Amino acid sequence: MDGILNALILLSNFVIVPGMAYGSQLAIGALGVTLVFGILRFSNFAHGDTMAFGTMITVLVTWALQAWGVSIKPLPTALLALPFGILGTVVLLLLTDRWVYRFYRRQKVAPVVFLIASVGVMFVMNGLVRFIIGPDDQRFADGDRFMMKAREFKRMTGLSEGIAFKTSQGLTVLTAVIVVAALFWFLNRTRAGKSMRAYSDNEDLALLSGINPERVVLITWTITAALATIAGVLYGLDKSFKPFTYFQLLLPIFASAIVGGLGNPLGAIAGGFIIAFSEVTVTYAYKKFLYYTLPTDWAPEGLTQLLSTDYKFAVSFVILVLVLLLRPTGIFGGKAT
Amino acid sequence: MNGGNGNGYGNLRPILMFLAMFAALAAVGLMQSWSLALAILNLCLISAVMSLGVNIQWGYAGLFNVGIMGFAALGGVAGVLMSVPPVAAAWQVGGGGIAISLVTSVGTILAAVFAAKRITARGPRRLVLAVIIVAGYFLTRAFFDPAVEAIEAVEPAKTGFLGGLGLPILASWLVGGILAAGAAWIIGKIALGLRSDYLAIATLGISEIIVAMLKNEDWLTRGVKNVSGLPRPVPYEVDLQQAIWFQEWADRLGATPVEFSSIFVKLCYGALFAAVLLVVLWLSQRALNSPWGRMMRAIRDNEVSAAAMGKNIKGRHLQVFVLGSAVVGIAGAMLTTLDGQFTPASYQPLRFTFIIWVMVIVGGSGNNWGSVLGGFVIWFFWIEAEPMGLWLMDLLTAGLDEGSGLRKHLLDSAAHMRLMTMGLILLLVLRFSPRGLIPEK
Repeated sequence: MDGILNALILLSNFVIVPGMAYGSQLAIGALGVTLVFGILRFSNFAHGDTMAFGTMITVLVTWALQAWGVSIKPLPTALLALPFGILGTVVLLLLTDRWVYRFYRRQKVAPVVFLIASVGVMFVMNGLVRFIIGPDDQRFADGDRFMMKAREFKRMTGLSEGIAFKTSQGLTVLTAVIVVAALFWFLNRTRAGKSMRAYSDNEDLALLSGINPERVVLITWTITAALATIAGVLYGLDKSFKPFTYFQLLLPIFASAIVGGLGNPLGAIAGGFIIAFSEVTVTYAYKKFLYYTLPTDWAPEGLTQLLSTDYKFAVSFVILVLVLLLRPTGIFGGKAT
Repeated sequence: MNGGNGNGYGNLRPILMFLAMFAALAAVGLMQSWSLALAILNLCLISAVMSLGVNIQWGYAGLFNVGIMGFAALGGVAGVLMSVPPVAAAWQVGGGGIAISLVTSVGTILAAVFAAKRITARGPRRLVLAVIIVAGYFLTRAFFDPAVEAIEAVEPAKTGFLGGLGLPILASWLVGGILAAGAAWIIGKIALGLRSDYLAIATLGISEIIVAMLKNEDWLTRGVKNVSGLPRPVPYEVDLQQAIWFQEWADRLGATPVEFSSIFVKLCYGALFAAVLLVVLWLSQRALNSPWGRMMRAIRDNEVSAAAMGKNIKGRHLQVFVLGSAVVGIAGAMLTTLDGQFTPASYQPLRFTFIIWVMVIVGGSGNNWGSVLGGFVIWFFWIEAEPMGLWLMDLLTAGLDEGSGLRKHLLDSAAHMRLMTMGLILLLVLRFSPRGLIPEK
C-alpha cells in the first residue's frame, strides 16, 4: 500500500505539479495568441518575443527594486515590478500597431502579409531584447523558494517520497485563475468585452452596430500585452529568463491555441493544459514510479523515459499535427478560415 | 502597378543593380582582401540558391514557409551521410540493431495504416491502433537502444557514429535535395489545404524538431560533437602549394603560393556554386514562364477561380512546396560542403530562416532574378554590417568615458544590432516597396 501511495506522490511531484504550472503559463500565453487571432485575424509570430520584452522590463525593474532594498518577502519582488512590465509592453504593442499593422489593416491585405509583418516585428523585438539585456540566462526570482519542501512533507506523512511545491508554481496557478476569471468577466460582462466578441464573430455586423474598430483593436493589444507579460514573468520565475527560450515557446503556445481552436479563449486554456501535461508525462522517466508499483524483480533497468527531454517540442508538434489531421478547427471549434 | 517595365529603363535597372553589387564585392576585394571578397561571394551564391527555393514557394504560390532552417539542415546532414567513410566497427556492433529497429518501426506504421483501413468499427479500431502503436514502440526501442549505446561507445572521441557511405561529397547535393523534399512532402500533406497560418506553424515546428534530432542523435550525426574534416570536391591548399605548376602560376601572377592557393580554392568552390545557381535559375525561369508557371500564379492570385477552372489547388501547392524545399536542401548541402564540417548547433532560425525571407522580399517576390539579387545584397550587408555597426557604435559612444559601463555595453551589443536591422529592412520594404528591388513582371 505504501508503494502505491509513494508512487502517487512521486507522480504528483514530478508530473502533476510541474504540469499544472507549465500548463497555466502556456494557457495565458495561448490566450494572447488566440485574442489577436480572433480580433486581428492573424497568427502573431511576435508573441514569444513580446513575452520576452515584457519579462525583460520586469526583470530590469526588479533589479532596481532589489537595489533599493524593496522586497515583499516571502513573495518574489518581480510581482511588484510586473505592472511596470505590463505598461512597457502595452506601449510597445500600441506603437507596433500604429507603425506596422494599422497600415495593412486599412489596406485589407491577405492574412499572410500580416504573418510576414509579424515575423519582421519579431525580429526587431528580439534584437531589442538582446540589445538591452543580452542573450544570456538571467535569474530574477527571490523571496522564499518553496511553499512546502519535500522534507517537510515526508516528515508530516512518514512516506519516503515527498512533494515539493515551489512558490513560483503556486503563484503561477493562482495568477492563472485570477487572470482567466478577470478576462472572462471582461469579455462576457463589460461593454468593451462584448464589443470585442461581436467584432470577432462578425466584423461587418459589428461595424454596422456602431462599434469603433480602432477601439476594439486598442483594447485587444492592451490585454494581449498584459497576458504576454504575465505569462513571460511567470515562466521566468519558474525557470529562468533567456530570450531564445521565449522564442522557442512559440511552438507550444501556438499548438495550445490551435488544439483548443484558434480564436476560442476557452480552447486556449484547455489546449495549454493538454500540451503541458502531454509534454511532462511523455518526457518523465518512470523508473522510480515502476519501482514502487511493480513487484521488485520486475523493475526495469533503464530510465523508462518515453522520449528524451530534448524532444519536448516534438510532443507539441505531434499533437498539433494530429489536430490538424483530424479536426483542423480544434477540439472546441475555432475559426477555420 | 507602376507599369515601368515597358521602357528601356525598366529592363536596364536589374542589370545596373547587379553591376553595382559586383562593384561592391570588388571594393571589398580592393579595400579589405580578395580572399574575403571571394568568401563573401561564395556565400552569396549559396544564399541565392536558397532564396530561389523560397521564391518558388512564396513567389510562385504564396506559401509561407517558416522552417527553411530545417530543410537546410537536412541538406547539411546529407553531406555527412554521403561523404564520411563508414565506421566499420560501429556498423559491426550496432548496424544490425539499427536495421532491425528501422524494420520494426516501418512495420508498425504499415500495420497501423492497414488496421486503420481494414477495421471500420470505431471502438475496436482505436483499441487495435493503440495496441499496435504501443507494442511497435517498445519493440523498436528494445532493438534501438542497445544498438545506439554500442555505436556511441566506439571511440567516442573520434567517431562514435555510423559514419557515411564514403561517396564523393558532391553526391550529397542531390541527396540533400531529396531528403528535404521528403520532409516537405510529409509536412505539405498535413498542413496544405488548411489556412496559411497552419503551414507556417507546422514548418516552424518541423524545423525545430529536425535540428533537435541532428543535435541529439549522436549515433547518426555525432550531435554537438560535430563532424569535421569532410572530404572536399576541390584540391587542398597544402597540396597546391607543393605542386610545381601551381608555384609557377602564382609566381607569374606575382602572388605568394600561400595567398594564391586560398584564392584558387575559393574560386573553385565559386565555380561549382555558380554552376548550380545557373542551372536552378534556368530551370526556375523555364518553369515560371511555362503554362505550369502561369497556372501557379493564377492559383496564387485567386484560388477560388483557379479551382473553378478545374485546377487541383492542394496538389499543385504540394508540388511547388516540395520543389522549393528540395532547392533549399541542395543549398544546405552546398553550405556544409563549403564549411567542410557539420555543426548542428550552428542552425539558428535567424541565420537560416528569417534572413532568407528578407532576401526574397527585398529582392522582389515572384521574380527569380530578384531573389538572386536579394541573396547577394542581403548576405553582403549581413557580413559587412558587423564592422559597420561596430564602427557606428564606436563613433556614437566616442564622447563617453573610455571605461564607462554604458559604452562597453553598447559596443558589446553592437552584434545584436544586425537582428534589428534585418527586421527593420523587412518591415520597411514590405510596407514601402512590397514589390522589391526587381519587381515581378
